[in-house]
Amino acid sequence: MTAASTAAAQPAARTMGKLKAQRLLRALLPALSLALVLMAIATLNPRAISYFGFTLMLNLAIPIALATIAQMFVIAGNDLDLSIGPFVGFVGCVTATWLRDTPLVGILMLLGCIGVYAAVGALIYLRNLPSIVVTLGMSFVWQGLAILLLPKPGGRAPDWLLTTMGVKPPLVPFPILAALLIAAVAYFGLMRTSYGAILRGSGGNSVAIGRAGWSLLKAKMALFALTGLFGVLSGLALIGITTSADANIGNGYTLLSIAGVILGGGEFVGGRVSPVGAVIGALTLALAASPLLTFMQIPPDWQVAANGAILIVVLAARVLISPKGAER
Amino acid sequence: MIVASPTIVELDGVEKHFGAVRALGGVDLRVQRGECLGLVGHNGAGKSTLMHILAGTAVPDRGRIVLSGEEQNGYSPDQAKQFGIRCVFQELSLCPNLTVAENARILHPALSGFNWRRAAGALIVGKLDEIFPGHGVGASDLVQDLPIGRRQMVEVARAFTATDQPVRLVILDEPTSSLDAHTAAQLLAFMRRTVAAGVSCIFISHLLGEVLENCDRIVVMRDGKSVAADAAQAFDRDKLVTAMGDETQQREASGGNHLARGRSPLRVRARSMRQIGVAELVAHEGEVIGLAGLAGHGQTDLLLAVFSAATRARAGVEVTATVALVAGDRQADGIFPLWSISENIGVCSLGKLRQGLLISQRREAALANFWRDKIGIRTPDIRNNILSLSGGNQQKALFARALGSDARIVLMDDPTRGVDVGTKLEVYDLIREEAQAGRTFLWYTTETDELKQCDHVYVFRNGTIVADLTRDELTEQKVIQSSFTEAS
Repeated sequence: MTAASTAAAQPAARTMGKLKAQRLLRALLPALSLALVLMAIATLNPRAISYFGFTLMLNLAIPIALATIAQMFVIAGNDLDLSIGPFVGFVGCVTATWLRDTPLVGILMLLGCIGVYAAVGALIYLRNLPSIVVTLGMSFVWQGLAILLLPKPGGRAPDWLLTTMGVKPPLVPFPILAALLIAAVAYFGLMRTSYGAILRGSGGNSVAIGRAGWSLLKAKMALFALTGLFGVLSGLALIGITTSADANIGNGYTLLSIAGVILGGGEFVGGRVSPVGAVIGALTLALAASPLLTFMQIPPDWQVAANGAILIVVLAARVLISPKGAER
Repeated sequence: MIVASPTIVELDGVEKHFGAVRALGGVDLRVQRGECLGLVGHNGAGKSTLMHILAGTAVPDRGRIVLSGEEQNGYSPDQAKQFGIRCVFQELSLCPNLTVAENARILHPALSGFNWRRAAGALIVGKLDEIFPGHGVGASDLVQDLPIGRRQMVEVARAFTATDQPVRLVILDEPTSSLDAHTAAQLLAFMRRTVAAGVSCIFISHLLGEVLENCDRIVVMRDGKSVAADAAQAFDRDKLVTAMGDETQQREASGGNHLARGRSPLRVRARSMRQIGVAELVAHEGEVIGLAGLAGHGQTDLLLAVFSAATRARAGVEVTATVALVAGDRQADGIFPLWSISENIGVCSLGKLRQGLLISQRREAALANFWRDKIGIRTPDIRNNILSLSGGNQQKALFARALGSDARIVLMDDPTRGVDVGTKLEVYDLIREEAQAGRTFLWYTTETDELKQCDHVYVFRNGTIVADLTRDELTEQKVIQSSFTEAS
């Protein structure tokens, strides 16, 4: 009996090893694609690989990384946030107007935004609504509010924000330090804390979480509130870089953030996300978006299309090495 | 006789309905401290529903739940957990995207703070070592990477772990179904040790031998009621089977006049996509072929393969006649909810109902009326909306749709799911009658009673055919055995 069971255990151990190798390969894929993009940039323009070059190229990657982490939280709960882009734009408008002129009101407004996000999560859970529809509706709300607040581009970032985003640390460029910090905070919060396990579990098997006595409503609200929080941080970072705001400034972020999560090894369903991967995915997208294409001397008219092509290639590579049948 | 050990759980007159179907009709159940209670009964007898009520995950329509002498109000999963009731349900309740340790944490709010991962890992691996020595599961393994048997081991071990809340009663619903003989024996031995230490267990299994050997007391359920309860020594195999009520026994004779296999023309020959061996599914004219095995092991895929092969050539599947499908999930892929009953019945026979370019209302109504009278669809007017029918009658309309068409082969994807017993018996007769008239049926079902209606049964596991049973060879035991043993 024992001999039989050990004999049976051996192939099982082998498939386990194979699965782990595939998983490792998939986990490394985001880093690999980032390395590829960096190598391409280095060949095309070796001078870009410098302290100054990185600071310039990756500057806009900070808000994208924050928006991607924001998106990652809702995706961890099997939802999708189509309003994150306009939301970042709205936060930007608040930052460039209220937060500068009357900081207290500005802070309250931003906290209120996070509350609204939690309420949207509660609505989606309680009424069992598709998140895509609700957040699409919310995207128009945020967009409209932003236009009311700042009908034409303008405003000015608060000075403390400009100072923060303009920090020049020795040796390592600021955007890289910021990316490391964002990845570390998100990784620790979602992957290492005990409540993070519950949040991810609610995306993996919500019935099991409910049966164990956890409130799924709270979990959903927590995930959406975290999205709101990181959305606010993204808006702040964006205005700190661009110095003034525009109601449409964040519109491209919705799809960029979703692509960043998926590029970083996340999946739309099943609570499978990777914070570190998401940040790397966001960096890859930010680099591929304009510096790489500019160095390749692709005319700006074609850059958006080329950007999409790069995205499709990287995602196709991911499907190639995904373990078959393990995606249950 | 007065039993010295106190009663920890008491259910009184519990009733539960799902729509028109009565799942439980007033069940009383008592569990003593340090007792292993065996619960047996056919599929659909209400065992799982009763356990869900005890675990707080289903709310009874009527009846009392008393834990240690205190009646519970607004009973919830959380209250059950506080009291120390743990469950291992048939559908696994682990999160596939989390590690083994993280899954342990989900059950234990006390596992938090710094170093919770190590504590959770030590807790679950320690329990696994205790129950299944040599289990080969690591605390940091992702559950989605584990084969089904090991997932079951993790789930069982997790139910027995204790932190701040005590473990008083563990419900094991078919815990050995995905385990091999060796690990199942380990589990049963551990269960006896735990019961000796004062924990109670409710043990549900289809393998009557396991129940007879390992339980102190046995309750038999049938049609949502408990029909017999006594010490395990008072039962033997035959008594249990009689109490469970093998209602198909007397019906078995009715199918005795089936044709000798292979005399009539071939209708379907199909190999499953993942089939390794030579086994293939063969159906001849006038046969009722059963597709058995655990849910989701490739039966529906094969039916769909046969369905598409009827219109477009497909490798490995040979179909020689027209095909119709009766969907099992009638809300999702069966009925057209906005259409009337007659439109729903006629949609597979539009060619026949046509007059010029339009559908003839008169012929459609005639077809629908014919089937309403023939199989007794209970409605005052077939022009009413399909949703005005009860679930069972909606299913009858779907049968009428398939049988009313000119299809010679009817594929059925667990068509009696959630249908009451009376309708089921009517459907069985209808199938038998149509088969005698030369129609071929491929019938996927999870109920052994229905398999006994078939001339021939193929058992599926992991998308492949692992057993091929004739009507005379068919027993529940055999189907279960081949559903779980590895195909060699």
